[in-house]
Order: sequence, then structure tokens, then C-alpha cells
Amino acid sequence: MIQKQMQERAKQMLSLGEVTCVLGWKKGDFSTNPQPAVFESEKDLEDLVYDKYCAANLSKYLVELTKKEGKVLVFLKPCDTYSFNQLLKENLIKKERSYIIGIGCEGNMQVDDDMQEIGLLEKCQTCTKTAHMVFDELIGEELTVRQGDDPFEGVLNLEQMSSDERYGFWREELSKCIRCNACRNVCPACNCRKCVFDNNKYDTAQKVNASSFEEQMFHIIRAYHVAGRCTDCGECSRVCPQLIDLHLLNRKFIKDINEFYGEFQAGADTDTPSPLTDFNIDTDPEPGSVHKRG
Amino acid sequence: MFKMAKKDIPNMLTLLGESMDVYAPVKKGKLTNFEDFTEGAELDIDTLKTVKSPKDFFLPQVENLFSATSQGKEINIEAKALRDKPFVIFGVRSCDVRAMEILDSVYLSEPVDKFYEARRENGIILSLACNEPGQTCFCTTFNIDPAHPNADGAMWVINDNIYIEARTEKGENLVKLISKFLQEGSKNEIVQSQTAIREKLNKLPYSDLSLDGLEGNQLLDLFDTPQWEELHKTCLACGICTFICPTCQCYDIKDYDTGGEVVRYRCWDSCMYSDFTLMAHGNIRNSQKERFRQRFMHKLVYHPDNNKGEISCVGCGRCVNKCPSSLNIVKVIKSLAVKCNV
Repeated sequence: MIQKQMQERAKQMLSLGEVTCVLGWKKGDFSTNPQPAVFESEKDLEDLVYDKYCAANLSKYLVELTKKEGKVLVFLKPCDTYSFNQLLKENLIKKERSYIIGIGCEGNMQVDDDMQEIGLLEKCQTCTKTAHMVFDELIGEELTVRQGDDPFEGVLNLEQMSSDERYGFWREELSKCIRCNACRNVCPACNCRKCVFDNNKYDTAQKVNASSFEEQMFHIIRAYHVAGRCTDCGECSRVCPQLIDLHLLNRKFIKDINEFYGEFQAGADTDTPSPLTDFNIDTDPEPGSVHKRG
Repeated sequence: MFKMAKKDIPNMLTLLGESMDVYAPVKKGKLTNFEDFTEGAELDIDTLKTVKSPKDFFLPQVENLFSATSQGKEINIEAKALRDKPFVIFGVRSCDVRAMEILDSVYLSEPVDKFYEARRENGIILSLACNEPGQTCFCTTFNIDPAHPNADGAMWVINDNIYIEARTEKGENLVKLISKFLQEGSKNEIVQSQTAIREKLNKLPYSDLSLDGLEGNQLLDLFDTPQWEELHKTCLACGICTFICPTCQCYDIKDYDTGGEVVRYRCWDSCMYSDFTLMAHGNIRNSQKERFRQRFMHKLVYHPDNNKGEISCVGCGRCVNKCPSSLNIVKVIKSLAVKCNV
């Protein structure tokens, strides 16, 4: 069983002093509610779990953890490795302070208020990321590649709406937002040292949606800021308490980037320049052409 | 004790709407929250927990306090009006009712918060017994009885009927307004349902969650315990727990310059945020560990110390369901209680 192998390998690396801590998932009060956790002893590792409920993307936690001395052993699912690469590219985590063990994944489950499983998470239903993009070693059997639904289907539906309908759709969705910032804080691409919406120095701080304009501004600015860097890890929609399909905003940007600048997947590697920071005046369309398209 | 046919509830709420604002659990898509009950709204009294608690109706997420305009050297300050129109919140669960009592002990003690007080005076709460308590519920830890809810009026849904018992003068007046829908009911008719609820409560996963070890004056022991290091480690510092929590009560006050006037407003704040307690000299809590500790010390130690032992958690379990990192107050209580029993 993969969980046992993970525990054994982690204990071994800790005891040999090859890593100083282990980032994985810990048994929760409910079997469907494991918790991202940092393990520092072999005894603690008895509580390490890995199953279909371990949906949390652990890459984000490395931003803080790799600031400290030592080395973190981290278990990453295929999709999480894209976030890792992207953070590496942005110099936000240190590769030499992490040791990645890639683990297989057959999709994570969504649970309801009663902690009962209610089917695959959206991010897993439309999964396209079935291989690890970066790892030091792999544990577990080869993945059976599960054919996900088309991730852009939701975006296509939006594109087919009239602009009034689309505006209405987003007004309705975004007006549900309670500005808890869970989407922002869980997002590996949202990693500014000081978010513009938290910054009291420049009058841009905004703790609340004081008007229907503001509630759109937060999400739209966030979507623009992560455009070209969002790996489509789906964490934003997973954590939204008000069930807003936030990933649709990001996927629209991904789809447009693919169409205008050629296929691009953020986090696939650490070298390819991001299309939005690598403008080529001869071959790339001008922003105006996007506007004309409507 | 009265009863009425469950199917008449929407008509009854519409009638109430003629003399007051009516808020009720309304389903929109997959989401159920307390909203204006207006024509065409889909009433949902089967969903146990709304995502947000009904605290918004007394402590809105944002509200303007006053506006200031200047003419030459004169400054005119105009306070925003206090709520003066009655409203009813239909179908509030026992945990959320207790949460209002906890907010009362903060906002109605001196100096009284006038905005809050006006809403409390105008608000009527009709509570609803929990026929199916949820897996993450632990209200019984705080001696809350979801089979016998408090508030201005209490309600029980039994088969095709809803039983209503007025508990306060406000509740009695409200019952008079809807008398055409009501017939006499007897307390005996709800006993069986209450027994069934209490049996279910005893079987819940958190039914044995105990506060042993948290009583007494242990402020410094708890403040300094090394367990905070472990407990906070994967906290992402978002505000989800504070915003969905029915007892989280902290707010920030800010000014908004519209060009023509300055509006002073207040909005929910979260002790998880980096500028919480930011003052002119700097911040007294500079790490997430300190912020995380603050939230739970406030609920489990500071608030009880100042309010006759009243712990400011009601066991609704919303944080258990929603934290992106699966952290929650149950884990904190378990960890601290262990610490203190050693």
C-alpha cells in the first residue's frame, strides 16, 4: 500500500538526517478530512495518511517552509508538481531545500457538510495532469491515466453567452463572495509578500465588498495577476465556501493564452518564458485584437 | 403551542412580509443561506447549516457609521440612521441562537453598540429544532439543546406540520399576526421528536468532546503552551473560519473618501489577517502563530474570563467543514485539554 511505503521512506530519510521535516497529510477527525501537516519525528509519521481525500496542494506551504534552514521532504501529486515548478520559476521556493517524492493519484473526492463523499472534485473531473513534472523519486504504481472531461467546456459555455448574459452570470456568481480570502491564500500563484488588497499604505486595502463593483474587482484583478502563472490546480474552487466556480475565470485566461500565443502550460517546466512576459512584436497579436474579438 | 401545515409556510412568510422584513434560509443553486424571503424564493428548511450564520442581520459584514462633508471651514457630520423597521429571521438553529447571546454580551454591554442594539430590538428570531443533527455538530459540548431551541419563538418540523411555541412578548405578537394559519397544538406532540433528536446527538462523532482542562484560570499556561507551534503550522492565514463563524465579532473601522464626502464604515475583520491589531507603533502580533493563538484564546479563554465563563464557540461545526487546511477549534480543544490534564 502506497501510504505504508510513504511512511517508511519518510521515516528512513528523517532518521538518516537527509531531511529535517516531512510535509504530507495527517489523519483527521473524519476519514474524509485529512489535514496538511508537517511531521518532525518518526513517531508523528504514524499519523501520515494518503488517500483520495488528500486534495490539498502542498506546494504552497513550501513557500514558508523552505525559508527555514534544513530540507523538507514533500509528497506531491502530479498536479501539485506544476505549482512547485511555477513557484521555483518565481524564486519563491528553494529546490535545494526540498526533496520531492512524487505519488500517484486517482482523483480526489469532494465531501459534503456531513463529511460524506459526493463525487470527484471539479479539478479532478477535468484533470489533464497525469505525470509528475518534477520529482526526486517516485513511489507507487504507474498511474492509470484517467480520461478527464474537457477542462474548457465551462469556458466554452460562457463564450457562447451574449456579453449581457455573461456579465449577469459573473455578477450573480461574484456577488456571493464574502471576501474570506481563502481562494487567494490557498492559491500557489498568489504569493505577493503584500497583497495589494491588504496594503494600507496606498489606500488599496479592501477587506470587504462595499459595492458590487468592488466584489468583481477583487476577483478580476486576481485573475489578471495570476494569468500566465496559474497552473489550473483548482484549489480556488475547492476551498470557496460560497461555491463560486472561480476556476472558470482562470481557465478563460488559459484558453485565450493558448489561442493567441500558442499552447502553454504554466508549471510544465521552469525554463519556458511565460507568453505574457515574452511579447514578440512580429508574431504575437496586439492586445487590441483581443478587444476587437469581443 | 401552535401548529400549522408545513406547506403553508411560504404563504405565512409572505403575510409577515406585509408588516416586516422577512429573512429565511433560501436555496440558490447548491447554496443555502439566510436571505430576503421574497416572491419566488426557494425556502429551504431541510439544510441543517447555512454557509454563513445569520449574524449578518445584526452585525452586517459592512455598514456605514457616518459621513462627513466640509463647506469652507465647517465640517458636517451626519450619523447613519439606526434600524427602525422590524424584521424576522425564520428557522435559526439552536447554535446560531446561542451565538447571538454571545454577541449580546459584547455588543450590549457598556458602551452599548447603538447600531447593533437597534437591530436586536427590531429583530425577532424564530428558531428551529434540528431533526437531523450533522456529523460535525458539537453544540452539546456547550450545553446547547437543539431539541429545545431558544429565541423569541421555537419551531419543530414533525411530518407535514410545523409546531410553534412563542417564548417572548415579541414571539407572542408575531404569532398573533399569523393566527389564521395556526391551530392549537400540544407539547406532548413534540416529545417523541425531541427524544429522537437527543438520541441522535448521543451518537455523533464529537458527542464526547469535553472542555475538561479548559476551566479555571489557566491563561498563562495556555498562552505559553508549545502546542500552538504544532497547531498553527498549516494555517494559510485566510479568514474563512472567522467569516463563517457565528460568534466571531471583530471589526475594522475605515474611512472612504468619495471625493465629495468621507464615509466612515466598519467591516468584519479577521484576527487571521496581517493588519489585525496594526497600530501606529506597529503590530503586536507579527507571526501567524500569534494570530492563530489569538483566535482560539479569545474564544476559549479571554471571552469566558470576561463573561462569567461563557465560551464563545457554539459547536456549529462550520469551521470543521470549511477550513482549506482542515484545521478547526475541535482540534484545538482536544489538544489544549490534553495539555492541561497532564
